[in-house]
Amino acid sequence: MNDILITLLIIIIKLGLIFAVVLTMAAYLVLAERKILARMQLRYGPNRVGPFGMFQPVADLIKMLTKEDVCPAGADKYLFLFAPGLAAVTALMSLAVVPFGPTIEIFGQQVPQVVCDLNIGVLYFLGLSSLAVYGIALGGWASNSKYALLASIRGLAQLISYELSMGLAVVPIIMAARSFSLTDIVMAQESLPFVLIYPETFLIFFVSVAAESKRIPFDLPEAENELVAGFHTEYSGMRFGLFFVGEYINMIILGSMTTIFFLGGWHGPLLPPIFWFLFKVLGVAFVFIWMRGTMPRFRYDQLMHFGWKVLMPIALLDVVVRGGFMVWSLGG
Amino acid sequence: MRDLWRDIKGTLEPFWVTLSYIFKKPVTIQYPEQKRTPYSRYRARIVLTRDPDGGERCVACYLCSAACPVDCISMQAAEDENGRRYAAWFRINFSRCIFCGLCAEACPTMAIQMTPDYEICNRDLLNLVHEKEDLLIDDGGKDNEYNFYRHAGIGVVNPRGGNEDETEPEDVKSLLP
Amino acid sequence: MATVLFYILSAIALTATLLCVTRRNPVHAIIYLVHAFFALALLFYVLGAPLVAAWEVIIYAGAIMVLFMFIIMMLELAPSQELQGLVWSRLLPVVLLSLTVLGATFAIIAFDPGGVDGIPVYFATPRDFGYTLFKEYALAVEVVSFQLLFAAVGGYYVGRTDKKKGGRK
Ligand code: SF4
Ligand code: SF4
Repeated sequence: MNDILITLLIIIIKLGLIFAVVLTMAAYLVLAERKILARMQLRYGPNRVGPFGMFQPVADLIKMLTKEDVCPAGADKYLFLFAPGLAAVTALMSLAVVPFGPTIEIFGQQVPQVVCDLNIGVLYFLGLSSLAVYGIALGGWASNSKYALLASIRGLAQLISYELSMGLAVVPIIMAARSFSLTDIVMAQESLPFVLIYPETFLIFFVSVAAESKRIPFDLPEAENELVAGFHTEYSGMRFGLFFVGEYINMIILGSMTTIFFLGGWHGPLLPPIFWFLFKVLGVAFVFIWMRGTMPRFRYDQLMHFGWKVLMPIALLDVVVRGGFMVWSLGG
Repeated sequence: MRDLWRDIKGTLEPFWVTLSYIFKKPVTIQYPEQKRTPYSRYRARIVLTRDPDGGERCVACYLCSAACPVDCISMQAAEDENGRRYAAWFRINFSRCIFCGLCAEACPTMAIQMTPDYEICNRDLLNLVHEKEDLLIDDGGKDNEYNFYRHAGIGVVNPRGGNEDETEPEDVKSLLP
Repeated sequence: MATVLFYILSAIALTATLLCVTRRNPVHAIIYLVHAFFALALLFYVLGAPLVAAWEVIIYAGAIMVLFMFIIMMLELAPSQELQGLVWSRLLPVVLLSLTVLGATFAIIAFDPGGVDGIPVYFATPRDFGYTLFKEYALAVEVVSFQLLFAAVGGYYVGRTDKKKGGRK
């Protein structure tokens, strides 16, 4: 019983730590994005609240919490109130399987730096990312607004389409690591990160991940100049904030996954592993922001065309070729 | 094949551009600390000016009020004992003014003028209703020398027709055939 | 422990399915069905088949139900007269079901973080699962995949556009 209690305690501590770190990180990612985007457009970005605008996220939080929580007439009330939570929770839950570092020893206890090293970690992540659709779909549908509904439909189609190529792009990695567990996948990249061995798979994965994150150039579900604000048109206050923060948590998750699958996870010289991990995740997040500052939005038919007729066949071909090569090199 | 190369180049090049822009100096002017000097013909706060002799220029002709597209000028005309017209009260509602400058263009006496003072925002709308006392300044504004009554109008400075560029008023009675 | 969880989860799955078939609003029905799928996935997990559990969520809850929802949204089915009822009585099932599923998930993770030692009759790691599927039942898998291929080609044939006439058949 004592063992179970300790395990439970460790899990809860880890959960608390991760939540605190990730939520703060998400909040400051918002600030970083605004700053970086601003600099790309020769502006300063937020710099009024505190030194260098450091307290901007706090100010935003206070603003959102104190705003009125509007529920439009004719909306499906419970689903409307429930959807933002779903969006944030599905994003947060993926964190459970993310390994931040190797197992360490604290007070004689072996503590793996992951909440739960599922043996099907990859599938858990894929499953949650496919569930993330529900947040935006239900939110948009329940708003009883044509813009939100259109955005949800777009979001549904987009996420389903790109999930496919994302899943397929993970397959060579699973084949190479011979495991569904994320820790094992990182372990397999001890000497060489997979991005060097599978550059084309990395490209496919990265593009699909960018599409999954619903950010420019794939931000059709919230295309501001066509659909007001997309699926969260009708949301206000902290409910909008949940959608918003969910997007950034999602960015962190997808960055972690890219790091784990392709960039060698926590492996790196000199610095402690956890720093390498954070460093890589932030690097991926920077590329996301950079992309947002650079690219225009896809048109909807281009998006679908690219997803189904270009990315998917290439991903399939990649799986077949890589798999065939692997079987051949193992000698049948 | 050429097209593919062009597309790849067209996709990657912008990334370099945006990255290089991060290290450029932002062009933002940090407003409350740094203020830009507007050009002298900038259209902002409206003033009522005085002529070189120190008298009010406005003759309460209502032309500005009529020209104003948002109807934010109102006044009451009055006359003093020698027939010189003036505004008993003159009010501009700056919460409605769109700073189009049509009033200044319409004014025959150059009384109403636009100035570059743009910082007039306020938390209370009623503070934006400026009365004649708030509008009147002790200066000639853009043309300090101009005095309407030295060119036309009834005999306030000079007797009627006594100005340099004026001819004597016709004696209507002597025009009889 | 496992037995208790099993019965709780089964109860949830059954209730959710029941609620699903009695809903008038199609979207609500879908949500209950997704609930049922979750409970089902957890059941599989409890019974020692984590891979099947994951597929259940990814394919059924994550893809097929989403497609259902897509269609419903596109067709814009108006919910036929909402049944009038007390507010909490409509809210209660959702809250209860979600809470129990969440609690069960947490309990599983807490008592069995690796998902390794189970109560299972037979614990199927992804590897075992793969071997069984693609070695012992390879023929069946091939047959099924061919069927799917036929279905795909058939669908493409039925939905083809007539080039000459330029219209859809
Ligand atoms: S600037 Fe335009 S809007 Fe303002 S008072 Fe003059 S005429 Fe009216
Ligand atoms: S400000 Fe000028 S236009 Fe307006 S009433 Fe006075 S003289 Fe006339």
